[in-house]
Amino acid sequence: MATGAQAISVAGGFAYVRGEPAPALPPPFASTGLIGWGRANLFGTPLNAVLTVLTVLLLVFALPPVVRFLLIDAVWSGADREACLASAAQPHVGACWAFVREHLAYFTYGSYPIDGRWRVDIFFAMLAFGIGWLLWLDAPRRGLGAFYMLVVLPIVSFFLLYGIPSVAIDARIPLGVTDWHVRWHFAGLGVVDTSRWGGMMITLVVAVVGIVTSMPLGILLALGRRSKMPAVKTLSVIFIEFVRGVPLITVLFMASVMLPLFVPPAWAPDKLVRALVGVSLFSSAYMAEVVRAGLQAVPKGQWEASSALGLGYWQTLHHVVLPQALRVTIPNIVNSYVALFKDTTLVFFVGIFDFLKTIETARANPVWATPVTSASGYAFAALVYFVCCYSMSRYATGVERRLAVGDRR
Amino acid sequence: MTVAEIKPDTIAPSRAGGEVAVEIRGLYKWFGEFNVLRDVSLTVRRGERIVICGPSGSGKSTVLRCINGLEPFQRGEVVVDGISLGNDLKRIAEVRREVGMVFQQFNLFPHLTALENCTLAPIQVRKMAKAQAEEIAQRLLKRVRIPEQANKYPGQLSGGQQQRVAIARALCMNPKLMMFDEPTSALDPEMVKEVLDTMVQLALDGMTMLVVTHEMGFARQVADRIVFMDAGQIVEVNTPDEFFNHPQHERTKLFLSQILK
Repeated sequence: MATGAQAISVAGGFAYVRGEPAPALPPPFASTGLIGWGRANLFGTPLNAVLTVLTVLLLVFALPPVVRFLLIDAVWSGADREACLASAAQPHVGACWAFVREHLAYFTYGSYPIDGRWRVDIFFAMLAFGIGWLLWLDAPRRGLGAFYMLVVLPIVSFFLLYGIPSVAIDARIPLGVTDWHVRWHFAGLGVVDTSRWGGMMITLVVAVVGIVTSMPLGILLALGRRSKMPAVKTLSVIFIEFVRGVPLITVLFMASVMLPLFVPPAWAPDKLVRALVGVSLFSSAYMAEVVRAGLQAVPKGQWEASSALGLGYWQTLHHVVLPQALRVTIPNIVNSYVALFKDTTLVFFVGIFDFLKTIETARANPVWATPVTSASGYAFAALVYFVCCYSMSRYATGVERRLAVGDRR
Repeated sequence: MTVAEIKPDTIAPSRAGGEVAVEIRGLYKWFGEFNVLRDVSLTVRRGERIVICGPSGSGKSTVLRCINGLEPFQRGEVVVDGISLGNDLKRIAEVRREVGMVFQQFNLFPHLTALENCTLAPIQVRKMAKAQAEEIAQRLLKRVRIPEQANKYPGQLSGGQQQRVAIARALCMNPKLMMFDEPTSALDPEMVKEVLDTMVQLALDGMTMLVVTHEMGFARQVADRIVFMDAGQIVEVNTPDEFFNHPQHERTKLFLSQILK
């Protein structure tokens, strides 16, 4: 019907009735497309407009120098400081990426022996494999992945990175008629003392140990704090409040100075182990509070319904309460992890050569002493930390969005 | 609920056998200083359908929650299916396997689908194979007439549908006794009927039922006995007919006059 209207004969006269819906009108020009978007998002209110203008001005002032320093004027290759010094040919020198390139191996492995670096590479590969397995939500056998990450990886990594002492057995066992001669030699894997570990490798070791141990310990502490058993509750509260009440650096100093006082000198743990214990305890106290918030968000009715069905305490926790509690706390958990990843830099105060410390050391290298060396090193550090932390937070956002599908009102 | 809505056609009284399903003797409970239950005694026989009613705060729900150990009690004895409920956690777990409970607030697990809600306990507690548990769950979801919602999450279901999933979830454990704690009180009026119908069906199938409810129509239609509680005590136990037409106690009369305006 071209006109969209139709005359229908009704008893007693005519009524005009539209035979089909009126075609939808196009939206007003300025409400769609780039202009519409800009109006809605950039200039919606006077305050918005002012903020937009200020932001644009800030970008105009700040961005070009940063881009110039990091990219345009940057020096990408060179053998020593000469490449990064201002000269007639290049009056403005930007970031000295040649310095970073030259020290990339040092930033990655620290003073780990060069002929043993393949071991660290295998560790990186195994770690990446485990993280990928756990982070990929549809991966097969994720339970096995968790086992790999929590049990297999730590043990294998320890022997891989630390080494296995060589073993030689040369024994003669008398068996009456003939002696049984056993001779066996295992070459081992050259022992690399932890004092030679360094760089990204140690940052990852500290961060992963902290992250991996803080989750189960944090959950146990949170449950302990909510426990009805007074002793368990008191101990949990004391531990959490004490650790949260002191800075990480204090915990690290205590771990590295006080821990040896409590154990016989022969058993005194390694410097790195002490730092790892400190970081783990510190992060689990924070994780405990994060998990506790999640546990409190799960209604009591969930416990009751689960108990009424006959599920025990741990079954209820595993299948009903923790999945809900951890889901609501994903942002906080990731927040803790990001903070922990950055806090690992503090281990350098107890003499451990983490990533930042290697940069700190390298920038003092006289071969590369230029006005831009420090800035380049720190820019590189900032970039690496940003990439790591930002990808953690992006991943968490993705998980949250995915888990939110379907089961939220 | 008005008198007019009370259906005259009641279900035939259950052929309650001699077997005792639940025996409560001299039950006392305190919440701190507050005495919630005072000398409550009640015997429920197998196949019997009992409705507990009374004003709010009278201890109705607490009696149910003492039966499956959700609430500890201080004095008296509760014997469920021959198992005396003390503070022994193992015995409480045994009892809970045999007693299904439906809550006012449904309490479905929001992170699991309707089907997973139903299969969780059979798989974890009864150690049933997943396929078998799912088959049973599907059958029971069909019985509560929502088989098509099996793969939806509770948040995607209406209140009435959620409560029926909750009933199916309890039935999946193949309980000997079903307890309902105000199952329709949190529902929109138009959804009350679908839940009550499901419960009537359950009664017709011979399930032993203990129901705390304000739905007097349901009580009249289904109950073998009605228990009236006030201030933590059982005031009157009577058949529906006697209870509604010839209440014995003044307190019962007052309650009925208020609820059956």
